[in-house]
Amino acid sequence: MQELDELIAAAPIFAGLAPEHLSLIAGCASNERFDAGEYLFREGAAAERFYLIRRGAVALEVDAPGRGALVIETLHQGDVAGWSWLFEPYRWELDARASEPTGVVGFDGLCLRGKCELDHELGYQLMRRFAASLTERLQATRMQLLDIYGHAGTG
Amino acid sequence: MPGQAEAPTGAVGGAVPDPGAMVPAPFTLSAKRQDTTDTWTLELEPRGGERLTFAPGQFTMLSMFGTGEVPISISGGGGGEAGEGPLVHTVRAVGLATRAICDAPVGAALGVRGPFGRAWPVHELEGADVLVIAGGIGLAPLRPAIRALLARRERYGRLLLLYGGRSPEQLLYPGELERWAARGLDVAITVDSAGPAWLGHVGVVPQLVHRARFDAARAVALLCGPEVMMRFTFSALARAGVGSDRVYASMERNMQCGIGHCGHCQLGPTLVCRDGPVYRWSELEPWLAIREL
Repeated sequence: MQELDELIAAAPIFAGLAPEHLSLIAGCASNERFDAGEYLFREGAAAERFYLIRRGAVALEVDAPGRGALVIETLHQGDVAGWSWLFEPYRWELDARASEPTGVVGFDGLCLRGKCELDHELGYQLMRRFAASLTERLQATRMQLLDIYGHAGTG
Repeated sequence: MPGQAEAPTGAVGGAVPDPGAMVPAPFTLSAKRQDTTDTWTLELEPRGGERLTFAPGQFTMLSMFGTGEVPISISGGGGGEAGEGPLVHTVRAVGLATRAICDAPVGAALGVRGPFGRAWPVHELEGADVLVIAGGIGLAPLRPAIRALLARRERYGRLLLLYGGRSPEQLLYPGELERWAARGLDVAITVDSAGPAWLGHVGVVPQLVHRARFDAARAVALLCGPEVMMRFTFSALARAGVGSDRVYASMERNMQCGIGHCGHCQLGPTLVCRDGPVYRWSELEPWLAIREL
């Protein structure tokens, strides 16, 4: 099995980080595994972790009364599940369910937030990377909102 | 490696179009299949004469007599290497003419003009990793290209289909997607939204580009789908290292005559019916930036 340090260094979200920062991040990380159908986190619960997906898939869901769970996005190898650990009020705003057996690197958000407070350069670098990920996902969401396949010409 | 999109092989191609190209040939609707709530695949046989020979990516002007005429990409059949058998069109019922065409009973007469336009440069892609990227009904014009690529599978590097749809129920050709995968096409599908029973990808097509495995240095992409999707997908391809001279897109404009006479489908200095619908992205880029076009 690959060492945690190697997995973290190879993850796109952490690309380009200094070795000392990678080491600090690895100090808050552990390997975890979720069975198909198991939840990584549930809406409303305290957001104290986030996850780097090593294998498998995670469905981000919103429960709509009368319609059940709606999958709004799926995450796959190399993606990060969870931003809410980084922003107040530190509560999950979605459900995240493993849609197949899923291996992740789990990060203790409280641990990492504490390290970011002590090392603002680490905090800045992490914030840059999460902001880039947020921007990409926001852009994808905008495309979904356009419902581009639902509209057509009039011929 | 790719060159220019292939020259038209149908009625268009010279400075003086054939006046006969404006006369629809009668075809019989020999079979039809409902693909989604508003989309049908139709099979057409000529009433006399030979089956149409076309190149993948070309279109016809399809008409329901007394109702109207619309440009529809050819999605299979014909008498050439892109397919055999009845001429196949996949049509989405969105207006008067397309609704009448989709509602036509088996045995009805439809009018066909063409084939028209520039095709996908399938033969020039040998040795390349080919990304076929489709959104919604955009898979229909790419279907003959996929079949042509798979017919000579050994001549290409990786073959990938990245396909996005509105929901799992709105995906076209589900049985064929499986057969294509079995023949060496890496198929990745994403939908905008789904219920929990869907185990596939939920998201948008550009995200599939980020996840796809291909050699950017020798990759060529064929795009067809809503223009917004194609713009964002091209950005993802460019970030992955695929330049605008190695991306081809099929464009849609208000095509009416099909032979470059009426000018309704003008895009910059080009006419989509004659100079397209397949363009190299580098040809399109300056004009896509002008919103009035």
